[in-house]
Amino acid sequence: MHPILKLIAQRVALGIMLLFAASILIFAGTMMLPGDVAQQILGQSATPESLANLRRELGLNEPPVSRYFSWLGGFLTGDLGTALTNGRDIAESLGSRLSNTLFLAFWAAVISVPLAIFLGLLAVRYKDRWPDKLISAVTLTTISIPEFMIGYVLIYWISIQLGWFSSVAIINDGMSLWQKLNAIAIPVMVLTLVVLAHMMRMTRAAILNVMQSAYIETAELKGMRMLSIIRKHAFPNAIAPIVNVVMLNLAYLVVGVVVVEVVFAYPGMGQYLVDHVSKRDVPVVQACGLIFAAVYIGLNLIADIVSILANPRLRHPK
Amino acid sequence: MRNIPVAALIGLFFTCLYFLMAIFAGLIAPYGMAEVVGDVWEPPSDQFLLGTDSIGRDLLTRLIYGGQTTIFIATMATILSFTTGSILGFFAAVSGGWIDQVLSRFVDLIMSIPSLIFALVVLSVMPTTMTILILLMGLLDSTRVYRLARAVAVDITVMDYVEAARLRGEKIGWIIFREILPNALSPLVAEMGLRFIFMVLFISTLSFLGLGVQPPLADWGGIVKENKEGINYGIAAALYPAFAIATLCISINLVADWILNRTTSLKGGRG
Amino acid sequence: MTEPLLKVRGLKIGATIYPPGERPRDIEIVHGVDFDLDGGKVLGLIGESGAGKSTIGLAAMAYGRGGVEIIGGEVWVNGRDVLKTRIGDVRRLRGGEVTYVSQSAAASFNPAKKIMEQVTEAAILQGKFSKKDAEARAIELFRKLGLPDPENIGNRYPHQVSGGQLQRCMTALALCPEPDLVVFDEPTTALDVTTQIDVLAAIKEAIRDTGVAALYITHDLAVVAQVSDHIMVLQQGSMVEYGTTDQIINNPQEEYTQALVSVRSIKHEEKKPTDNPLLKVEHITARYRGTDFDVLKDVNVELHPGQTLAIVGESGSGKSTLARVITGLLPPSDGTITFDSRTLTPDLPTRNLEDLRELQMIYQMADTAMNPRQTVGTIIGRPLEFYFNLRGKAKQERIQELLDEIELGDGFQDRYPAELSGGQKQRVCIARALAAKPKLIICDEVTSALDPLVADGILKLLLKLQKIEDVSYLFITHDLATVKAIADSIAVMYQGAVVRYGPKSQVLAPPFDDYTDLLLSSVPEMKLGWLEEVLEHRKMESAGN
Repeated sequence: MHPILKLIAQRVALGIMLLFAASILIFAGTMMLPGDVAQQILGQSATPESLANLRRELGLNEPPVSRYFSWLGGFLTGDLGTALTNGRDIAESLGSRLSNTLFLAFWAAVISVPLAIFLGLLAVRYKDRWPDKLISAVTLTTISIPEFMIGYVLIYWISIQLGWFSSVAIINDGMSLWQKLNAIAIPVMVLTLVVLAHMMRMTRAAILNVMQSAYIETAELKGMRMLSIIRKHAFPNAIAPIVNVVMLNLAYLVVGVVVVEVVFAYPGMGQYLVDHVSKRDVPVVQACGLIFAAVYIGLNLIADIVSILANPRLRHPK
Repeated sequence: MRNIPVAALIGLFFTCLYFLMAIFAGLIAPYGMAEVVGDVWEPPSDQFLLGTDSIGRDLLTRLIYGGQTTIFIATMATILSFTTGSILGFFAAVSGGWIDQVLSRFVDLIMSIPSLIFALVVLSVMPTTMTILILLMGLLDSTRVYRLARAVAVDITVMDYVEAARLRGEKIGWIIFREILPNALSPLVAEMGLRFIFMVLFISTLSFLGLGVQPPLADWGGIVKENKEGINYGIAAALYPAFAIATLCISINLVADWILNRTTSLKGGRG
Repeated sequence: MTEPLLKVRGLKIGATIYPPGERPRDIEIVHGVDFDLDGGKVLGLIGESGAGKSTIGLAAMAYGRGGVEIIGGEVWVNGRDVLKTRIGDVRRLRGGEVTYVSQSAAASFNPAKKIMEQVTEAAILQGKFSKKDAEARAIELFRKLGLPDPENIGNRYPHQVSGGQLQRCMTALALCPEPDLVVFDEPTTALDVTTQIDVLAAIKEAIRDTGVAALYITHDLAVVAQVSDHIMVLQQGSMVEYGTTDQIINNPQEEYTQALVSVRSIKHEEKKPTDNPLLKVEHITARYRGTDFDVLKDVNVELHPGQTLAIVGESGSGKSTLARVITGLLPPSDGTITFDSRTLTPDLPTRNLEDLRELQMIYQMADTAMNPRQTVGTIIGRPLEFYFNLRGKAKQERIQELLDEIELGDGFQDRYPAELSGGQKQRVCIARALAAKPKLIICDEVTSALDPLVADGILKLLLKLQKIEDVSYLFITHDLATVKAIADSIAVMYQGAVVRYGPKSQVLAPPFDDYTDLLLSSVPEMKLGWLEEVLEHRKMESAGN
């Protein structure tokens, strides 16, 4: 087998193991409560019958290990259990919400990734000159602002003062794509701003790192133009770090989505998760937590695989 | 002093200002923390410099007390994350072998779940008291400090002067505290600033989601939550605490940036 | 009279430095240098680090590296001042008329592209050749430079060929566009000594065959003497002496040049072995954890009190590993080490304090051997308080005594390593070792990172200290000239085994085994025509190929 395939297979196996371990961690995380979960969920005023019912429903009478495996088994077969609060099937409620969340994240990524790479390149091209400094100052500011503030500032400014887009982003299946895009315009702007700063700064650093290599000097001493140096010599070596940056930030986007959905009352997974955390609806929290973790681990895995593929030493072994 | 750049000085000034306000909140605040003193969302006036909030409390007072809570929680969590992370990180780097492996793999695992999501999972069953919040944030974040401390220490432990100390027969205490720590301090201090910012954002986000500091206690994220409905009527009350968070974070960022730059110049310029 | 190919007048070069804790400031690093170079001739630029020789070489391409800037003077190439031409013209100059060979070919080749593409790139870009012709020329150059499989080596990636081969590929890269001038910037410095000689010969032949002019930059006068027609000696950004190679080598006028020529003329009388060796290394075999390859194979050597045993070998010979085994950092898989008539335990943690004290070590890079956050006083003082429990005034006095012994004197106790020069740093490291009153000091390439004159000073100091303190040295080096200067007995190592061992006079006298012959003959000698002489009667291919 080509060594590179072996390496990738190893990484994928590692990713699966990590996901497995993460599921244990999430499951254990909801077991940490000292005392009785059912009591905690229902509060002090609960009747003994309702407590017993809930215990049975949560499977609290079984040992934790077997509970974990039946939970995991259900998860793998698409059965996420039922929500405690309203008794509805979690998989069903999650389906449309997950696609809504991905819809939002997708458009944020479509806008922010090319923009970040473009700005990163611009900052490198004009390193230490005003475009670089301006970009650096603006991104430093947006990094220091919580997502929800960007959200409210944009709502205050665009939606309320200018009256352009709606301040709540409610979408449903009956809407056309254009209507949907219109509805999520401000949330997408917020998410873009949130990840753009990190992504652009890291892209800049990654390209600068490559540009400081001795082979860039060799290319300069061949009389090449700056742009063709970047295109022919810097770019092939910068792909891996840039993909890494992009994946890291997409992972970050997944987290940012949670807050943004709450700000805009967007019917996605993040809001669903937050709602049920405050209601202490453990099965929903576990399901959402594991899905978020899976997306996160998956994105990091892609970044790993791309850097393996882009490494000439691994691609062309001695 | 003359070597400190203007940006860092501004950062330093605002950082100190916020911390002083947090420490002396009780002396500065014009009203009581949860005291209802006026109407709902009164505009700024002589009586209420920033107006009143969604149930008629003085907004400036809320902001000052909110700063106290936010900064207190963030500081405690940073200290916790820092001591745990850096001690374990150094220990792993100096010991090497299976200790390093076990610690590092465990940290990898924790970091494979986004901290906010992990925090939400835990908070779904835990009571949201201040102690739990600090413990949760501090321990989750210590994984990042661990990675940095370990990486910095590994870079230093391969240096010949550490080997020389080992050959001399020095104990592990001397090696960590006299050989490694002085050389790891600057990057760690700069990182501490960034961790603190992260903590401020983290606790604000949790409170904003209603899962952090519980009312009537004020904290910046919570104040945003309490007043967010006002935005729709063009009332900016929710933006003040957000502005406070942003200025504090930018200031600390400026200071951290300066410390980092100073560190690199110590290593001999940009080489 | 025809115009010279390269004419440099009043060249001044500046740089911005970033001293710790201070504002960055501009300094001048080259203070007005003039020289001419005719077509087809080779000029050697020689000087110690910081002499500005690389900077001057790059100025011929109107290029300043990093924060370096050309601040004054004229650089005429083919009759035009390249410092005053437009950027488009400078691009035709670089890669077309003047090309560059760097010290580290490994870093200068783009890891993501095939060698052929990079070698021919400039020639095609500058419109000198079509792609097909450029590749044909590249293959021709590969052949001329003695690269194996010249037809196909261009299809490999840089990491797929050895360091010596890559350095030759870099030379092909520079020669491919048929330039008028090639700047060679320490092209053989990073190579092993037996590889260096081959690359050097290949470069020399290629220069002669293509009739190109060259600026050959190096710190090693013996090397430059083999390839150049003229030599310019530089010191701290100014010219010291300029002359023909013959005149510089055989009749140097300036004191500084004389010192460079006569460097390593230390005479050391060999001492006879005693009955009772201080260190006995017996049947040592070792491998690194997680590998299945013995880096040391049945090594047996002895070191007598007050004497020096030199361990000589190239990179990968296992000489530094032997030091790690003796110090206990790498427990051997087999064999014993006897020190002062007692057997040493194999690993460091189990050794007693007395063993640790009596066996000290000095490193190659003094920079990384001293904690940058400790003062010289702390660095030297720590062994004193650690081993002898010296405190306060007694410690201060002893530190000063040691500083006097290493010829540094007053005013150094409160300085930080960053405030010392390379030679001073190494002296402090010596003092730290001496502070423990050791019986044996392991010196691991202690002079290799230093300029020749500074290295000479360190060697003289070590010999003087040996007389005073009666300490033994285990001297690890790749440099045979150093060995001749300092050793009493010599062990030559090759691929983990000792191939030749005995008193210096015996080891350095014929008949030689093949490897020792190769090693000995590869050390550049300070005389003209040495390269040709050596290549004529060599028995063995260099280890690097």
